[in-house]
Amino acid sequence: MSVSAQNPPGESTGSKPTGGYVLASLRHDPLAVGALIYIALLVLVLVGGSVVLGEMAASQNLRMRNLAPGALEAGWQYLLGSDSLGRSVLARIVVGGVRTLGVAFTTVVIASVIGTAIGIYAGYRGGLADNLVMRVADISLAFPGILLAVVLLYIFPPALTTVIVVLIVNRLPLYIRVSRAETLEVRERLFVSAARVLGASTWRIATRHVLPVIAPTILTVATLDVAVVMLVESSLSFLGMGVQPPSISWGLMVADGRRYLRAAWWLTFFPGLAIILTGIAINLVSNWLRVALDPVQAARLHKHGDDDGQ
Amino acid sequence: MAAYILRRLAYSLITLALFFALIFVLVRMTGNPADLYLPLNSTQEMRDAFSARLGLDQPIYIQFGRFVLDLLRLDFGDSLVRGIPAMSVALNAFPRTAALALVVMPIAATLAIMIGSAAAYRPNSIAGRTATLGALVATAVPDFWIGIMGVLWFSVMLGWLPTSGTGGWQYWVLPVLALAARPTGILAQVVRGAMVQTLTSPYIKAARAKGISKQALVFRHAFRNATLPVITVGGEQFAGILSGAIVVETIFGWPGIGKTMMDSILQRDFAVVQASALVIASSIFLLNIFIDILYARLDPRISFK
Repeated sequence: MSVSAQNPPGESTGSKPTGGYVLASLRHDPLAVGALIYIALLVLVLVGGSVVLGEMAASQNLRMRNLAPGALEAGWQYLLGSDSLGRSVLARIVVGGVRTLGVAFTTVVIASVIGTAIGIYAGYRGGLADNLVMRVADISLAFPGILLAVVLLYIFPPALTTVIVVLIVNRLPLYIRVSRAETLEVRERLFVSAARVLGASTWRIATRHVLPVIAPTILTVATLDVAVVMLVESSLSFLGMGVQPPSISWGLMVADGRRYLRAAWWLTFFPGLAIILTGIAINLVSNWLRVALDPVQAARLHKHGDDDGQ
Repeated sequence: MAAYILRRLAYSLITLALFFALIFVLVRMTGNPADLYLPLNSTQEMRDAFSARLGLDQPIYIQFGRFVLDLLRLDFGDSLVRGIPAMSVALNAFPRTAALALVVMPIAATLAIMIGSAAAYRPNSIAGRTATLGALVATAVPDFWIGIMGVLWFSVMLGWLPTSGTGGWQYWVLPVLALAARPTGILAQVVRGAMVQTLTSPYIKAARAKGISKQALVFRHAFRNATLPVITVGGEQFAGILSGAIVVETIFGWPGIGKTMMDSILQRDFAVVQASALVIASSIFLLNIFIDILYARLDPRISFK
């Protein structure tokens, strides 16, 4: 904390890291490489698998119900067992993953774009607009996010779009805060003053001078946020307020499996494991991005590693 | 300092008022309690009488005006379900959640400091990497999953712990376990980051050059500065439990404020929703002010203007 007080975080991004540099930093981070490979494979399996397994995930087979994991003699689709209606857990995890990750990704993209726009506007303009935005963001900080979601989901019909809108409302304040704080700092830098003196419009300053400087921070925050949204959506679905049957999401699978906990632990275990593994991978990628997009911190970390070796 | 706290309180009151107006409108949008509380074959007259008794037949701005006047007299209305003052329902439930948070946070902070320091001290050693990965796993695990798996393992298979309810220490183990994982993971990452930063700063290098032992370096010199971000993030996590233990409370039948509010929303018990929201929001505001003061105490560079 004391160091960042001396070097404002934005200062370090003054020299923009090039794509080559960012990729090269992967050499120091085998865990991030693993996480990226996991995510790539996951997306491939989910997108491809949901097309192939879509029907299987919904098809019931009462002769095959509550099969324990590893029941391969009944067919490869029962690798992770089957539920009380004889549906393949593996197929349901694949199909549910598309919904879970799709909701998380959509939410983060929309919330980060809108939130950053509001944050830059508030930070750059200051005054009344800034005050208003920050008071509203304060409310959301004091207000139990998940309870607000529950209230909203109770008011509006439980459609997928409602869930996404509620999640966006839940995540917006984060982006407003981060981008506003960064903008406040960038606004005072010389190149922004220079642009202003040269007659650049507010729009041009915001998009060409402020945005590129704060973008790496937003990207890092947004990456991590995919994991957070995934947890929030899972919690909501678990409470019966998120994704609604017959749609499938990982959180919903955990909630459904809870009733059969004694008879079939795998119904709860595997969807939860999918959430955890994906969450870890996203965390690792976000950690790597934070360092890779910030040359000063990267140098510090590596230097520290060398010191440590002595 | 006193002036600063007063100004913070005044500021909080404005935000609370805005927040309250929002809650007031939102809960009324969930529908008329008459649909839930009167029999299906009730006549329109019965519905009207019911609405009139609760004041729900008035336009919303009049309802709000009455509500504000009642508030000034510290009257929060009565619970529709229990027939007792809504505020006493909320104040009865809140300590149960606060107690959970008060047990969870010290455990999480202690574990996080140990894990985070281990991860920062020798980042490339096996212990360091294990600690880093452990923190990541704890961050990514959903609380409800820990709760359910805990029930499966310790209650169903081993029979050591009760599945839900309140009572002796046995009832606390699983909810605390479920709630502590994520704060531990997040805090451990914060500790790690802060320690890496302080351990490479000039004053630590100077101390090292002076020949101070590594233990003293980490625990006496580096750790003090690393506590500041830990307190900030720890405060957020604490607030998160006060307002967000709802899933864990639901799983374990823990009659805390989150479960009370959730049940009240489903039962359209508006007065209890409002009272609970007020209690949660006020406690979080007080917590934030407390953290600000703590912060200024620990860091002499921060002063209240």
